[in-house]
Amino acid sequence: MTTSRRIQFGVFFQGVNFGTIWSSDRSGSQYDFESFRRIAQTAERGLFSAFFLGEGLRLREHFGRIHELDIAGRPDAQTQLAALASVTERIGLVATQNTTYNDPYDLAKRLNSLDLLSEGRAGWNIVTTDNAWTGANFRRGGYLEHADRYRRAAQFVVAAQRLWDAGADGVGTPVSVADQLVSFEGPAPLPPSAQGRPVLFQAGDSDEGREFAASSADVIFSAHPGLEDAISFAADLRRRLPAHGRAVDELKFFPGAQFILAATDSEAREKADWVTRAQVSPQTAIRFLEPIWGRDLSEYDANGPLPDIDPVVEEVDGQRGSLFQGRRALETAREWRDSAAAEGLSIREFVIKRSSLRTFVGGYSSIADRIVQYVDAGAVDGFNVSPYLVPEGLDDIVDGLIPELQERGVYPTEYVGSTLRENLGLPALGERAEFAA
Amino acid sequence: MSDTPFAVALELDADGAHSPSGAASGTLSPRRLAARGAAAERFGFTAVTFDDSPLPVADSVARLDAVQRAAFLAPLTSAIGLVPVAHVAFSEPFHVATQLASLDWASNGRAGWIAAASGTTREAAAYGREALSDDDLRRERDDVIEVARRLWDSWEDDAVIQDAATGRYLDADKLHYVDFEGESFLVKGPLITPRPPQGQLVVVAPADTTGADVTLVTGSGPAEITDAASRARAAGAPLVWAEVEVVLDARAVSAARRLDALGSWTDAGRLRYAGDADGLVALIAGLAASVDGVRLHVAELDVDLEEVGRAVLPALQERIGFRSPRAGETLRDALGLERSLSRYATTAVKEFA
Ligand SMILES: Cc1cc2nc3c(=O)[nH]c(=O)nc-3n(C[C@H](O)[C@H](O)[C@H](O)COP(=O)(O)O)c2cc1C
Repeated sequence: MTTSRRIQFGVFFQGVNFGTIWSSDRSGSQYDFESFRRIAQTAERGLFSAFFLGEGLRLREHFGRIHELDIAGRPDAQTQLAALASVTERIGLVATQNTTYNDPYDLAKRLNSLDLLSEGRAGWNIVTTDNAWTGANFRRGGYLEHADRYRRAAQFVVAAQRLWDAGADGVGTPVSVADQLVSFEGPAPLPPSAQGRPVLFQAGDSDEGREFAASSADVIFSAHPGLEDAISFAADLRRRLPAHGRAVDELKFFPGAQFILAATDSEAREKADWVTRAQVSPQTAIRFLEPIWGRDLSEYDANGPLPDIDPVVEEVDGQRGSLFQGRRALETAREWRDSAAAEGLSIREFVIKRSSLRTFVGGYSSIADRIVQYVDAGAVDGFNVSPYLVPEGLDDIVDGLIPELQERGVYPTEYVGSTLRENLGLPALGERAEFAA
Repeated sequence: MSDTPFAVALELDADGAHSPSGAASGTLSPRRLAARGAAAERFGFTAVTFDDSPLPVADSVARLDAVQRAAFLAPLTSAIGLVPVAHVAFSEPFHVATQLASLDWASNGRAGWIAAASGTTREAAAYGREALSDDDLRRERDDVIEVARRLWDSWEDDAVIQDAATGRYLDADKLHYVDFEGESFLVKGPLITPRPPQGQLVVVAPADTTGADVTLVTGSGPAEITDAASRARAAGAPLVWAEVEVVLDARAVSAARRLDALGSWTDAGRLRYAGDADGLVALIAGLAASVDGVRLHVAELDVDLEEVGRAVLPALQERIGFRSPRAGETLRDALGLERSLSRYATTAVKEFA
């Protein structure tokens, strides 16, 4: 494979999650601008290629009530990134923005604007969030069947590209789009930035999601950080590229991952114990099961075994945010119960184990060695790190891990360019296959 | 109204107000934006405003998104108010409310919002929508202001509790559905962003808008402005600002000569002042009897920003006690507006459907 012998980092500032510890006296504010500035500037000190913000457009609920246990409350991604653009110089600024509850003209214009404000450092993580439940906050209400969301996404992205490309011909160049799910007529709003147009990231995982990534994304933000998994995921995606007229180096892989690091392996393991217990409180462990069981489980002890009752399977509609898993509840519950019983895990231990799947735990040196294996396998271009503490969560990566990686010659020692596209090692726009209109 | 601090806001769009659709070469440069924002703060303007439009002006002059421009300046400044236009006709009210709340967080409470509505056939077409009548636009603006205000209240100030004992980060009783049902849209809520530092952002809007904090009035002379101001107050406007166009004698060239050189300046129905700094001080001091502030649209930012900052603001301090905002102060503080509790805070009964 033609991946360069290098690894990069991005930071995924999650905003809404249980992975970020809020209960420690080392936990800072999750919403003050200073926390964002500190994380972004630390990442830039560590030569990270990108700073990501996630998106979720409705507060999650648990049994009809706002979910209380996890961190929630985040800024509008592009507004926050515009603010960060003025206090950073090189790091890419990537906004997760969905194609279902945004308007193509408006979103394309704002992304173009962010790209110009940051002098060519903007990226768009394209997501499709399509549940009716989120739609209750938007003009159209809930709409789009599951089958249609990637159709709209594909049409939406082509439309955005057309507006951006028309901008290169001159602001005001008319663009007319008449697809089934996206249609409008408007003038190109802005000229292109130094990188031509925002870099496109994609984070879907279904077959349609992968096909969409193969057709449209520059970078895939995957949920497959395990080595074998990452190799087969990359192989699957690369197999799909030729059908879209694309070369293998046109798609980069950045799996999401968590790093728990220390000077030695044993210190790191101790730290991991603290981190995972702080992430998964007894209440969080119980709440993790409840959507599957479809009922209140608060009478169960988080330190005891998984509930021996079967889930309530009346229509769970999957419409209430990612906490609700829906359809396969019965199977899932049995599978979880059996697996926990086989390993002798309590509810809390089981949840900790499941939610630590994307975690690298170890001393700086041994994790650096493991990362070299990824580089050699050519399956990963970078890791998108979710810090477990805000705002200090990247310090050990930047100060401890990165020097080890640099010593091994697999991490950059400076930003190679000034735009996100350059720093990711993506081909310049003129050199790559264009999108079919 | 005598204890209301007087505001002097500056419109920072393009290269100045004379030719917003002219050769606005600098309007896309973040560096120039940063320099102008820093200069406006250094001179002590109360706030800067940022115009915007759904489509490029005159089809050829591009603008960076106004909310983003304001956000970009937020970490580079610490006292000045940042007041972008955000359009309401075709945008998503939920996104607009979130963007503005985020601007308030990024600026530690210095954000305002000029609620603008425009809905021509061409603008509508870019959004795949139908054109809106003036009545529709007024209604839409009122509705979007109302829903934004509800959303900014939808998190009580102390909704984030971080209670390790019960494992709860949030208190759901302090988060509220807004259940807004407008003429053309519904919004459930709550916002996805915690309550902004100011609680409620400072909402600025033209006359005949419901729910604004500051009403912008226009008139071709002081008398018209005084009339418009009293009509606005009668309609319940808490604060009134006059729109004033300015071109000053500068760099040894008289305002009249500068205007000649600049060419014709389209009449926007605003009071226009051309002359020396003293005359502008006298004009503003006179207006201060009937309005709470002025918003200046200077002909050329590269010239007039400094001229007003250097020669007019200090004189207004002496003459009418104008005071520049201090670092750390919120825009509401600077304007003498109270910070209110969330409207939902006093009725904190369980209202979960
Ligand atoms: C690592 C990762 C991060 C994601 N982050 C977000 C996010 O911040 N906001 C969002 O709405 N969806 C997010 N998603 C969801 C996906 O983009 C996508 O909408 C979802 O996975 C369903 O698509 P699929 O059926 O193709 O997997 C994320 C997905 C992955 C794998």
